[in-house]
This record gives sequence, structure tokens and C-alpha cells, in this order.
Amino acid sequence: MSSMAKETKQRMAVLQGTLDMLILRTLLYGQAHGHQIGKHIQMTTNEFLQVQHGSLYPALHRLEEKGWVTSKWEMAPDRNRELKYYRLTSKGKKQLVVEESQWKQMADAVARVMWPAAEES
Amino acid sequence: MRWWQRGKRDADLERELRSDLDLEEEEQRERGFSPEEARYAALRAFGNPTVIREQTRATWGWTWLEQFVRDVKYGARTLLRSPGFTLISVLVMAVGIGATTSLFTMVRAVLLRPLPFRDSGKLVMLYEHFRHKTLGDGFNAVAPGDYREWRSQTHGFEEMAVMRGYGGIVSGVRSELPEVVQSAGGSANLFPLLGVAPAFGRVFTEAEDQPNGVPVVLLTWNLFERRFAGDPSIVGKQIHLDTSPATVVGVLPSWFTYPDARIQLWIPYAQTFSPADYGMHDGHQSMVVARLKPGVSTEAATGEVSAVQYRIHLANASKPVAEDVWSRPMIDDLVRNVRTPLLVLLGAVGCMLLIACLNLTNLLVARAASRRKEVAMRGALGGSRLVLIREQMTECLLICLAGGGLGSLLSLASTYWLAAHWRNLPRAESVHVDGWVLTFALSLVVVTALLAGLVPALSSTGKGLLLGLRESSRSVGGNASRARLRKTMLTAEIALTVVLLIAAGLLFKSFLHLRMADLGCRVDHVITMKFGLPEVQYDTRDKVVLFHESLLERLRRLPGMRGAALVSSVPGAGPVGDRTFTIQERPAPSYSLQYVAATLVADPQYFSVMQIPVLRGRVFTERERLNNDHYVVVTRRFADQFLPGDDPVGKHVSISWDNKPETYEILGEVGDTVFDVTRPVQAAIYFPILSGIPDRTTEATIVAYTAGDPLAMSMPIQRQISALEPELPVYNALTMDQILGKTTASQGFAANLVLAFSALSLLLAAGGLYGVLSYLVTQRGPEIGIRLALGAQREQVLRLVLFDGLRPALVGLVLGLAASVGATRLIRSMLYGTGPLDPAIFAAVATTLMAVAALACLVPAWRAARIDPMLALRSE
Repeated sequence: MSSMAKETKQRMAVLQGTLDMLILRTLLYGQAHGHQIGKHIQMTTNEFLQVQHGSLYPALHRLEEKGWVTSKWEMAPDRNRELKYYRLTSKGKKQLVVEESQWKQMADAVARVMWPAAEES
Repeated sequence: MRWWQRGKRDADLERELRSDLDLEEEEQRERGFSPEEARYAALRAFGNPTVIREQTRATWGWTWLEQFVRDVKYGARTLLRSPGFTLISVLVMAVGIGATTSLFTMVRAVLLRPLPFRDSGKLVMLYEHFRHKTLGDGFNAVAPGDYREWRSQTHGFEEMAVMRGYGGIVSGVRSELPEVVQSAGGSANLFPLLGVAPAFGRVFTEAEDQPNGVPVVLLTWNLFERRFAGDPSIVGKQIHLDTSPATVVGVLPSWFTYPDARIQLWIPYAQTFSPADYGMHDGHQSMVVARLKPGVSTEAATGEVSAVQYRIHLANASKPVAEDVWSRPMIDDLVRNVRTPLLVLLGAVGCMLLIACLNLTNLLVARAASRRKEVAMRGALGGSRLVLIREQMTECLLICLAGGGLGSLLSLASTYWLAAHWRNLPRAESVHVDGWVLTFALSLVVVTALLAGLVPALSSTGKGLLLGLRESSRSVGGNASRARLRKTMLTAEIALTVVLLIAAGLLFKSFLHLRMADLGCRVDHVITMKFGLPEVQYDTRDKVVLFHESLLERLRRLPGMRGAALVSSVPGAGPVGDRTFTIQERPAPSYSLQYVAATLVADPQYFSVMQIPVLRGRVFTERERLNNDHYVVVTRRFADQFLPGDDPVGKHVSISWDNKPETYEILGEVGDTVFDVTRPVQAAIYFPILSGIPDRTTEATIVAYTAGDPLAMSMPIQRQISALEPELPVYNALTMDQILGKTTASQGFAANLVLAFSALSLLLAAGGLYGVLSYLVTQRGPEIGIRLALGAQREQVLRLVLFDGLRPALVGLVLGLAASVGATRLIRSMLYGTGPLDPAIFAAVATTLMAVAALACLVPAWRAARIDPMLALRSE
């Protein structure tokens, strides 16, 4: 219990419900395979956000099920192997806009409650 | 992607995970780790691939289905591994669910479904109530004069109609076979009030509904189809009713079987009376239907009618006219005789189902116990409790589903069998299986599965799960709490069985009492046969007497005939009409204590043929005939009731016929005979049939005492009748034994069914007892081995196990007896010749139950006593 608490001080699991948005946003740069997506999120946040494989793959499959991403096995450009690449669909792009605005509203709302003085100034 | 492509998809996921893992590994190697280190680092970073795969799969939409399929597969495999257990459980549940569904179907159709009439909740029946009459339920038939005044003088009801049962002979216009039918008289407004439109033609008009109206009839669908081949052109034509022509004005719809499916045709109510009788207040035979006005309560409306009735009562103080009017809803009125039996049967099958459930629970607990180690192991390896419970529940659900499916088929057959064989069941035609019934069966399946499955599932996956692993090496003493659970359920099972057995015992004793009832006359070698002379032809005393006498003469000459006589109604065949009278030598003290007795007509030899003893004076002779008919014979009950301590011979009774009082001299006193076996003996007066008065003596029953098989005389007797009167239909050719069987059929029906249910329950309970004890003995084998090895006597072991099993039986018995004291009160109205607390039945049930329980316990106990200590100790 205590060791887990320590860990959360340095790193944080991706917040419930935001992983989908982060994946979609990552895919906006172009197609990527699962490993790349996880790594990208981790690196962009300076290893602050940890994407567990246990939630990444279910999330990818969920997004595919909903038709927001598609997948295709392709040869990796830098390695001699086939990898499963995910690509954003137009439906996924629309969804990203929706999720982004929802997240903004959410963050604003949380901020208003947490730091009311800062908001007034 | 579809469900059936899940294999392909699974492989895809596998490939994806593997390639990503390889990629990770490669990256680690590029950082300079050794291949082995890189592999472990990659795996560490990646996590458990199996878990990831499971979690990913969970996002696919059909996993619940997959899980369910897996549970079902697993459950089915487990069940098939022990086919005996499965078969027995399924059969037990099938019988339980089937019987309960059947009875539910009947109860719903007969008691719960509204009558098929317009706004039937607003229909009530009105009855007269005599304040001083203690016999019966207080609801008395209505006199036509009373009804007519109610209808004209009250306004609380929207409309009021009347009907009465009637008889008749339909004979062919073109010499088809004559047929005796039940008919009914209905007022012109009856069908509009009920909201019944005829299928063809029209209903009666007010002009026809007069004592001297044009003779018309309405056919029921049954008669229309059966006798007139369903040809609508019959409407407007004439048929012969009691040998006089009547015009068919319409045909009633096929669903209309009210108040009784046996009624074949309707005639206008008023036409069933003579003009003089149509206004009478002291002849009660009619049933009044009324429709409540919106916004008027039943009490207010009935109260208004009751006030009118009280005025009629005051105006006719010397006559039997009721003071009050009572009402009850039409549906209650129709089903009043079957409500209790139906509910009792439903209760009985409910108990049986509960017992079946408890038994299944018990069996499952036993199985759960034997699989305890497996379950504990799976729990230890991380199987969640929910999954384990779900699995066990699925198994139970499978049993219940199979049982329910089989039971539904069973109930389909048994429901129609019940509806067809339940004599005089009102609304039997409305009994059918529909969506509601199927829903009921399905919910029964779910409820029973929950009931039977939850306890074992919870108990076997509970807190002490890991104990199962620990106790594996040597389980001396078994598991006390599990045994206690099973014994508790066994106790409940036995208590329920006791209640059922006692109810069955009481009902069966009542039935035997009725069946064996001493009718007070000869019952063996007697055949009876009814006929009714058409009054149109037999319109004088001489004609009737000539027929009766020549018939008797012919019958008595038949070979194999020991005696023949005529009577209006045979003993055991049901209630007989009664009349009020006065005794001149001992006038009734007041109107309210007026004298009532059953009235019969009999020929001089009736008493000797039926072996009815003559106690005082004499019976009729050939001399009491035609106009010399003012003599009567009374029964012992009559003498005891109205002339206590006095010799009835020579006294005079006065009875009114058609409002004209006539005086009769009592010739003698004879023994009592029982007409309605469900009621106490009634006082009766016999009149001479040789008076030949047309409307009192034209309907008669032949009683023939034969040397050989009475039924074999049925044809010769009918031949003699047709020789005299070819057109005369003869009906109800029955031996006395058959008559009793018929009148007690419904009691026998209920008693036999409850008996069957309780026998089955006893069998289940005994099986449960045997199962639990056998299991305990197996579990305690090592313990018993140690006891024996330490010098315990085999008899001691036998006693130990025997008492272990008999204790729950005894506790269950006591609880069951206590519960029966309350429960049997509910069936009081179905009991005859016994009470709800009949000690003989209670004792018999207690003995039977303990005997069966001892038998069930003896086998395992004997087995325990024969355990070889060495084998038992080594067996682990």
C-alpha cells in the first residue's frame, strides 16, 4: 500500500476517461502502433503519465470498436517487421474535438472550484 | 467484426501483443542490455500479457455471452458427469414446477380472470336472506314476485335481471330422438345487462317475457352445433320443447356458458311460471343479477332493495318471505364452491415445489461439499467468488430450466386433464395456457433456481474457503456447520411434508366418510333411471297412474328383477326440494320457526325395495291412489324434529300447493335416508306417487333391485319403457354406487390429488433424509472407524447414526404438527365427518412419518455400524 502511494508522487496513471482523448490526440500526428502511442504519451509528459499496457490495448480496441480509429498491419519503416498501425478516422477526429472541449470545460470547472480567487483576478 | 470471427480476432490480438513485446525487447537490447535481461525488462514493462489479453477481450461486446456459454458448458459437463443426480433433480423440479404451473393456470382462469361480460366488476348477485334460517350460508334464491317489486321500486342499480334453472325435453319436429336438456329461464333484459349479443338472431323481447307470451327459445352454441348442425337458418324455425312448438329467435355466442356449461337453451323467464306463480313471494328459485350504477356503492344499492324486501315481508307475514337482501359480486358467486379446493391444491403444490427446492438444495450442498477442495483451490488461485458462485448457480439454473421445460409440457397436459375431469368446475372452458402462464413458469424456474442454488453456492464459497485446503489431509468429524445447514433444511422439508400429509389425511377421511356414507337404504344391486312424462300428453291423473302402474308391472315381470319401484329422487343423488308446512295438532309457535321438510313422491313398494325400515304405522298401499291421495309417510327425523315424544301416526300436516292449503294424514314413519351426503339428514315427507297429479308425479326415478349385475338390467328396463312410450327419453341410468361416486367425485378428486402430492413430498423428504445421512456417514467414516477401533460397540454406532438422522425428523414432525393446527383450519369447509384437529389423522401421520424416517435412516446407520475400522482409517 505504502509503496504504491510513493509511486503516485512521481508518476500518475492516466486519469480515467482521458486515455481515449490522449490516444486520439496522439494519432492526430499520423498513424502509430500501440507501443509508439504509449511511449509518446509517456515521453511528452516527461514520464509523468504512465500508460499501462493493460489499459492501452483495451482502449485501442474500444476505440476501434466505436469506429474512431482503424488498424492495419504494415511494415515498420525502421525495422524489418510488420506492426499493427492505428490511424484516426474522420469520425475519430470529430470525437477528438468533442472530447477536447469537454475536457476544457471540466478543467475550467475544476479550476473555478479549486482556486476561486485566481479566477476573479 | 462478428461474434463468430472472434477466433480470428483473438489471433490478431495475440500477434499485436507479441510484436509490441518484441519491439520493447529490441529497444531494451539497443540500450545495451543482454538478450536475457532485455527480455525480462520488456516483460516487466509490459505486464502480464494474459491479463492484458483478457482485459482487451472484455472490451469486445460479446464477452458476457461468451462467459455465459462457458458457464453453461461447464455446468452441463458437471451435470452430465453424474447423470443419475441430474435426472432425478430434473424430474423432481419438473413435477414441482409443472404441478404449480397447472394449478396457477386454473386459479387464474377460474378465480382471477374477470368474467367475459361488459364491465363485469360492476355485476352483483342479489339473494334473499332469512334472519332465522340457520342452515346454509344465508344466501337464498329469490321469489319472482320479490324480484319484480325490487326492479320496479328501486333505483340504486342501473339494471336488474333474473334467471332460473329449468328443464325440458327437446324432441324432433321430424321424429329425431328426444333429448332431455337443462335449460334456463332468463328475463328479456338479462343478455343486454350482461352485454351479450347473440351470434345469430336476437334475444327475448319484453312482450315475450310474459307468463303467456309467445313460446320462443334461444339456443346455446353447444345445442346449435350439436343438434342443429350449426345451421343459422334454424333461427325463425320451430323446435319442439316438451312436445309443444317454440320458435328459435336466436343463438347465443359460443363463449357464453354462464351460469353453467350444461345449459342447452334459454326460454323467457316469465314463461317458466304460471300467471299465478309469477307474482308469488313464497316460492324461491331464481337468481337476480344486477349492475351497479356508477357512483353508487353496493351497500347503498343493496340496502335500498333490502328495504323494499322488508316491506314485502311485513305484508306477507304468514308466508316464508325473507326479511333482507344480501349481495355478492358475480364472480365470487360463481366460484364459491371451488375457491377453497383450488386454493388448497395450489397451496399443496406450492409446498411440494418448496420441498423439491429444499431437496435440490440439499443435493447441491452435498455435491458442493465433495467439490470443496476444487473450489478452494480455484479460490486460492485467484478465481473471484462471484465467478465461482455464478458457476454453481448456472448449474442449478440448468437443472431448473430443464425441469421447468419438462414441467411446462407436463402442466400443459395436466391442466387440460384437470379442467376436463373436475366435475362442475365453473368457467372450465376458460382454462387455457397463455403467455402469462408461460411467464409464470419461467419466473418459477428463476425463483426455484435462486432458492435452491444460492444457499449451496454461498456456503461453499464462503469465508472458510481456505479451510477446505487445510482439512484435506484428514477430515475427522467432517464439517459441522455444513451438516447443520443440511439438517435445518431437512427439518423444514419434513415440517412441510407433515402439513401436507395431515391435510391429505383429513381430506381423504372426509371423502371416505362421504363415499361410505350410510344412505339408510339398500345400495347394492340397485339400478336407477330417470324419466319425465310430457305433461302435454299426460295431463290427467288417470293417464299418469296408468303409465306408472303398467310400467311397474312390466318391470316386475322381467327375469332377474327382484323388485321395482318409483320415487321422485333417489338417496345420495343430491339435495331434494323442500316445502314449508304446518302440523295441525302442533302448530308452529311463530312464522320464524316454521316447519320445512323435503318432499318426495314414492310408490307403495319403494320402501321394501330399498329396504327402508317402517318404524311406526304403515306405508302406502294401492288404495292411496288418484283422488284418495291425502296421506303421507314421514321420516324418523321428521318425527324427532317436529313431533318429539309423540306418535306421528294419525297426525295431520297441511301443505300449500299453488297457494291452496291441503291437509294430509300421516300413515306411518320410516327410516331416514340421506339425500345430500355432504349435509346432515333432512326431515322428509313422502306423498303417494299413485295420486298421479301431473306436475308432481310425472318426473320419476325407477329404482330396480336386481338379482345379478344391475347395469345389465339397464337395457331391458329401457326396452319396457319404449314399449309403453317410444318417444320418452330415459336418462341417468346409474347404479347406487355410481350415484355416490358422482356426488362425491369432486371431494374425491381434491383428496386424491392432495394425497398424491403429499405422498410425493414424503418420498422426497425420505430421499433427502437418506441422502444427508449417507453423506454424513461417509464423512464420518474415519471417526466411526476410530470409535470402533477404541472399542465402541456396533449397536452404539448404529444408535448414534440413527438418532443423528431422526433428530431433524422429530423436530420437523413437531414443527409440522404445530403448523398443521393452523393450516387445517383453512380447509374446514372441505371436511365432512371429521374436524381440523382429528387426533386419529395426526397420530397416523406422525407414525407414518417416523416410520418412513426410521427406514430412511436405518440403511445408512446399518452401513455405519458395519464399517471396518481398518479400512476406514486407511481410506484417506
